[in-house]
Amino acid sequence: MKRDAWQDLALGAVLLAVAACLPWFGGSYWLSIGVTIAMYTVLATSWALFSGPTHYISLATTAFFGIGTYTTGLGIDHLPYWVLLPIAGVLGAVLAGLVGLATLRLSGVYFVIFTLGLAELVRQIITWVQNFSGQKGLYVLTDITEADIYWQLLGLAGIVFLGGWAIGRSRLGFALRIIGDDETVARHSGINTARAKVILFMVPGAVAAIAGAILAPRYVYIEPLLAFTPMLSFQVVIMALLGGTGRLWGPLVGVIPFTFLWEAISASFPNQTTLLLGLCFLLIVYLLPKGFVGLIESVRRWAKSREGYA
Amino acid sequence: MDILITGLLLGGTYALIAVGLNLQYGMVRIMNLANGELIVIGGFAAFWFQTAASVSPLLTVFLVAPVAFALNWLIYTVMLRPLVKRAKSRGQLEVDAILTTFGLSFVAVGVMLAVFGGDYFSYSYLARPVELLGATFGLNRIMAFLGAVVICGALYLWLNHSRPGLSIRAIAVAPQSARLVGIDVQKLSALAFALGGAVTAVGGGLISMFLTLDASTGVMFTLKALIIVIMGGVGDMRGTIVAALALGVLESFVASVLDPGLTLAAAYLLFLLVLLFRPQGLFGRGQA
Repeated sequence: MKRDAWQDLALGAVLLAVAACLPWFGGSYWLSIGVTIAMYTVLATSWALFSGPTHYISLATTAFFGIGTYTTGLGIDHLPYWVLLPIAGVLGAVLAGLVGLATLRLSGVYFVIFTLGLAELVRQIITWVQNFSGQKGLYVLTDITEADIYWQLLGLAGIVFLGGWAIGRSRLGFALRIIGDDETVARHSGINTARAKVILFMVPGAVAAIAGAILAPRYVYIEPLLAFTPMLSFQVVIMALLGGTGRLWGPLVGVIPFTFLWEAISASFPNQTTLLLGLCFLLIVYLLPKGFVGLIESVRRWAKSREGYA
Repeated sequence: MDILITGLLLGGTYALIAVGLNLQYGMVRIMNLANGELIVIGGFAAFWFQTAASVSPLLTVFLVAPVAFALNWLIYTVMLRPLVKRAKSRGQLEVDAILTTFGLSFVAVGVMLAVFGGDYFSYSYLARPVELLGATFGLNRIMAFLGAVVICGALYLWLNHSRPGLSIRAIAVAPQSARLVGIDVQKLSALAFALGGAVTAVGGGLISMFLTLDASTGVMFTLKALIIVIMGGVGDMRGTIVAALALGVLESFVASVLDPGLTLAAAYLLFLLVLLFRPQGLFGRGQA
């Protein structure tokens, strides 16, 4: 392993430790922003692990997230909290695996369409089951504080970054980069493309479900419309693409400004958030096709070339 | 029997929407995810003319169609053509088109929310009961179905028997070779895209006669239209119509036997079966 890699790891650990101090210094406002940023960092980074190299746009984040939320909601009275998180992760991974098996053998468009409706599908089924049992929502009453949620999310973020770093160095990560460049080449060099994609798609599925399970105590009352907010999937896609999926830390660069922008817009113009989402999509396609990361790197390259002449 | 006819009537209108989408995706290769918003816009126009000036929705359609045509033509030439030109591969274009049309769809929803608010809107037009094969149906549903039949029929004839129609089908089969035989690919692609948009918006106007819409229902229609197009086979008009009717029947069956809240689940079941067993579409021949 090169020294650079160790430096990156150490830097990441230090940043994570600094971020973990927030509950002691920031007020409750900053803590709640911190939770939001940590949540989107986890979701967007894990999203980019799959969608970055493969260019398959997944819109299923909400579905996995909601399943995680419901795992906590249904299980909190029967099982200890710490058992619920891995259960949520397994459920999310299984659902992602099933979706992947059905769609990832085919062209990317089918995958996008399938994931687009997946959250709504799961929501309809849960609502239908609830109509049978006569129960409308679930109460999640715990003594878990906002700071606990924040630390758990940071821990999950650490795992995601570490996992992404490891995948990038593994055979799987290498295979995926080849698939993203040219799927035909990948198949001819003996890579089982469908299997690689399905396995990797299970990662964001599991992570989003765990994030949902962690955040459930924050909502206190869970109902299908809340757990399966359709906007979440799109926000995650935008943040990841805005930051740039070419680097592991790319989505983070998108998450932080977008969270503040989103908070500002929804505070003063609550009805215009959809418009904002739309404009961001257009901005990404026409002006920032490689995200902020691409922008930063081209500025750096430009600076370097000027140095060369001086 | 009841369910069957209700389903066929519903499926007829779905067919119109899906045919519009298939013109855009099957022929021009642009996956238009703002399709559902066009439906809502068409519905809004019909609603507005009916309540403000009591103009029949069946007449509004003649205004909606050219406006939607012009709008979609503009969208294609201004926003999408640069993407087609810059795309290195089909996959690249797909991703760009998906993101752009998603953006457009959110912008459309945002603008509609700002202008009309988030309320549901519906109006009563031709809500008279009509006796058909021993059961009663709303006259508005039957009129919408007839409208869909006329438009789909005209489109089918145009695509199979006119010169521009045949050229568009040639583009769908082989965009590179079409140019070699003297087809103006750019012009005809814009034409097909615009035409698809016009058909979709007209479908929206017809649907608003019997369904309640609001600014954010578009995405549901988009999903259903996409499922129908894939099930029928991309670029295959006949398959699209059969698939739309099948979906309409299945939906009304599920809604009346199981639960009206499960219609999307029904559509997904169908989608899943198609993906697993016939990913090339009902009448498709092998994979390209």
